[in-house]
Amino acid sequence: MAKEKPKSDVSAGKSAVKKAKADGEPKAESKVTDEQPRVGVFVCHCGTNIAGVVDVKDVAKYAGEKIRDVVYSTDSKYMCSEPGQKEIIEAIKEHDLNRIVVAACSPRMHEPTFRRAAQTAGINPYFVDMANIREHCSWVHIQEKEKATEKSKDLVRMSVARARLLEPQEKMKVAVKKSSLVIGAGIAGIQAALDLADMGYQVYLVEKQPTIGGKMAQLDKTFPTMDCAACILTPKMVDTSRHENIELITYAEIKDIKGFVGSFTVTVNKKPRYVLEDLCTGCMDCAEACPVEVPNEFDQGLGSRKAIYVPFPQAVPLIYTLDEDTCIGCGVCKNVCTIEAIDFNQKPEELTLEVGTIIVASGYNVFDPTRKPEYGYGKYENVVTGLEFERLINASGPTGGKLLRPSDGKEPRSIAFIQCVGSRDENTNLYCSRVCCMYAIKNARLYKEKHPECDIYIFYIDIRAFGKGYEEFYKITQEEYGVKFVKGRPSVVYEDEKTGGLILNVEDTMLGRKLEVGVDMLVLSVGMEPGSDTDSLGKMAGVSRGADGFLLEAHPKLRPVDTLVEGIYLAGTVQGPKDIPDTVAQASAAAGRASILMAKGEVEVDPIIAYSVPELCIGCRICERICPFGAITMVDRKAVMNEAKCKGCGLCAGGCPTGAARLRHFKDDQIFAQIHAALAED
Amino acid sequence: MAFEPKIVAFLCNWCAYAGADLAGTSRTQYPPNTRTIRIMCTGRMSPVFILKAFAEGADGVLVAGCHHGDCHYVSGNYGAEKRVNLVSELLPELGIEKDRLMLKWISASEGELFGKTISEFTDTIKKLGPSPLRKK
Ligand SMILES: Cc1cc2nc3c(=O)[nH]c(=O)nc-3n(C[C@H](O)[C@H](O)[C@H](O)COP(=O)(O)OP(=O)(O)OC[C@H]3O[C@@H](n4cnc5c(N)ncnc54)[C@H](O)[C@@H]3O)c2cc1C
Repeated sequence: MAKEKPKSDVSAGKSAVKKAKADGEPKAESKVTDEQPRVGVFVCHCGTNIAGVVDVKDVAKYAGEKIRDVVYSTDSKYMCSEPGQKEIIEAIKEHDLNRIVVAACSPRMHEPTFRRAAQTAGINPYFVDMANIREHCSWVHIQEKEKATEKSKDLVRMSVARARLLEPQEKMKVAVKKSSLVIGAGIAGIQAALDLADMGYQVYLVEKQPTIGGKMAQLDKTFPTMDCAACILTPKMVDTSRHENIELITYAEIKDIKGFVGSFTVTVNKKPRYVLEDLCTGCMDCAEACPVEVPNEFDQGLGSRKAIYVPFPQAVPLIYTLDEDTCIGCGVCKNVCTIEAIDFNQKPEELTLEVGTIIVASGYNVFDPTRKPEYGYGKYENVVTGLEFERLINASGPTGGKLLRPSDGKEPRSIAFIQCVGSRDENTNLYCSRVCCMYAIKNARLYKEKHPECDIYIFYIDIRAFGKGYEEFYKITQEEYGVKFVKGRPSVVYEDEKTGGLILNVEDTMLGRKLEVGVDMLVLSVGMEPGSDTDSLGKMAGVSRGADGFLLEAHPKLRPVDTLVEGIYLAGTVQGPKDIPDTVAQASAAAGRASILMAKGEVEVDPIIAYSVPELCIGCRICERICPFGAITMVDRKAVMNEAKCKGCGLCAGGCPTGAARLRHFKDDQIFAQIHAALAED
Repeated sequence: MAFEPKIVAFLCNWCAYAGADLAGTSRTQYPPNTRTIRIMCTGRMSPVFILKAFAEGADGVLVAGCHHGDCHYVSGNYGAEKRVNLVSELLPELGIEKDRLMLKWISASEGELFGKTISEFTDTIKKLGPSPLRKK
């Protein structure tokens, strides 16, 4: 390892500032910046995660002896730990290091940690580079120790080559508007909006449907405490509509999201209700007069509504909506409306919202069981989904809470529930939907309470009763209510044409015998799927979807409500299946996370943005044309990048024919150096 | 000694690099022949990067980013696609087989796909043998 050099009197931090000024001048492309790089290499064991496969000592030794400009190298058990970071800080001071390479985990994990350490030691945080020898090496080459060690050496060499050329960057600060957009007003959006509004922030709550409430409003009772969903939800809905800091925008959709953390510009398309919101009193005269009757979506199509309607009596806002697809234009409603709230000429309205943060809470869809034709949904009348069952036993539902078979309006004397319809199934969705076991148990029990004589079977693969009080709830339903749990997934369902009953063939895998069970009614416990707009909203927000189709959180454990887009958060089932308690918890968490930025009023953003060297720019306008953010304009026939608009993709730098357009921290020479080092020792 | 290809992989930070991280967390095993360069977006790819990698003796070059419509920067991956296709047309002129250059869309949740991609690409390159430009 190289000998120590006496400390220079100018600290690296100060010279860093100097270089920042020099940057942008054409000569800044010179290979070595004004001071000689003194690179320190720190190889992490990560316990045995890395050291169990990669010979970390050998890597550190190789770096110290063989790689140009490495003046210090070492290995340590946990580089990210307090003592590990201290080691780095001390080494920077002691060996006068001005570039740091940490060979450890993914930079997506700990780059911020090591940047902070560098800063503490007085050098620019952007003088740090990481070689990912864990996720990209030790964990994926477990059986190939020697080759993994060789690869680690290469990765460290590449990292050093890049580090030598890194330039100092100053973090940029942007202001954060103290207002938030919440997309979707199910229980998740409602909770997040209320929390933020209570903290004093302006909230725009945008809901696609004519009313807020989401799926929870459709449920009857809620497991495991059996409170009625409406009783606990409607007060919150009313609070939401009355809160002085919440602007409720219903029957509206997000059209576009522009901007970045701190200042997003959102375009919202408000559909015409053909009813003036300020005037309508919700008196119902129009609906009573309306001659058109169509299936009510809120009742899963089991009940009916008029063409001018509110989805359910406790709707918020209690304003009627004229559904233009089913209206026949007879004008009767307009005639009976004495306050003249009906306006057939209403046009869609476009609103522009300026917000600092966004919470996506657009919820889920239930699985469509026609994709499992073997269960006969859509073919046999008495096969219903779990959500339809919720409406059928709901006192405010189409049957007034009396469960009646769709085929003949009789109360069923036997019911079967089939679990995992569209969940834990290779042909549909692999994941567990987390709520179906519990809602089937809940609904079985609810019916048994009223009809103890009814035979109820639940056909399951495993019962997942994981929440607080859930296992107890399950046990009581089984032991005290006598609901029969049969472990087995029915292969096929037939209808008994004479009775309208259903015949299920199933193997009871506990007892190892084949069963044939006949019931009056069959309920399919359909799972949760991503909501219809998950994809389009994700794209507008720049948030990707996971393999399951739900929106992806920034980190499955440590950042479960953040997304990779700063300032945008997830709440509720848009992120994955969950029950109400988890949804509410996540919604409050998302509100909390969003409030951190807004409370501070400003946020530091990576200064990884593009700039152009005027002397090299030939004014060809390629960059201007390909920039996805309209961040480039031509001034005196030279490209000029707008720092606030640039997001740092580097598309301009990749497309520039002369090398004038550059991306900070990812400049050509830095990448060339990595390519070279990947393939040659030096 | 058996031929061990050297493959340079350019991965975008948000999708392919994250997918590679997930392959790691899920302990998906694949051959140790790639050397990764992280870029924020595949849109940053300049045709020169690919040519430089081949000139320096790479046996294969992989460019991997977000699926169409998933780009963190809206359309960076479309730019990458055009440029990679352009270079791919040029390669035979330089005596390099087209198959040595691969463009692949891998999302942050496709760790397994990442591993599979590397395994298959490494296989392809092994079959092709060392790059004609590889320094002896
Ligand atoms: C049959 C059944 C029974 C259940 N029973 C229980 C129970 O007893 N206990 C329990 O804890 N959980 C239960 N659940 C789970 C519960 O329904 C969910 O946990 C909860 O409703 C999730 O709320 P959410 O706000 O995330 O989603 P949602 O309720 O789906 O709300 C999302 C909202 O976003 C709106 N939206 C969608 N797209 C857009 C857009 N582009 N722009 C604006 N708005 C949009 C939707 O219209 C909707 O209002 C049950 C689920 C089912 C299927």
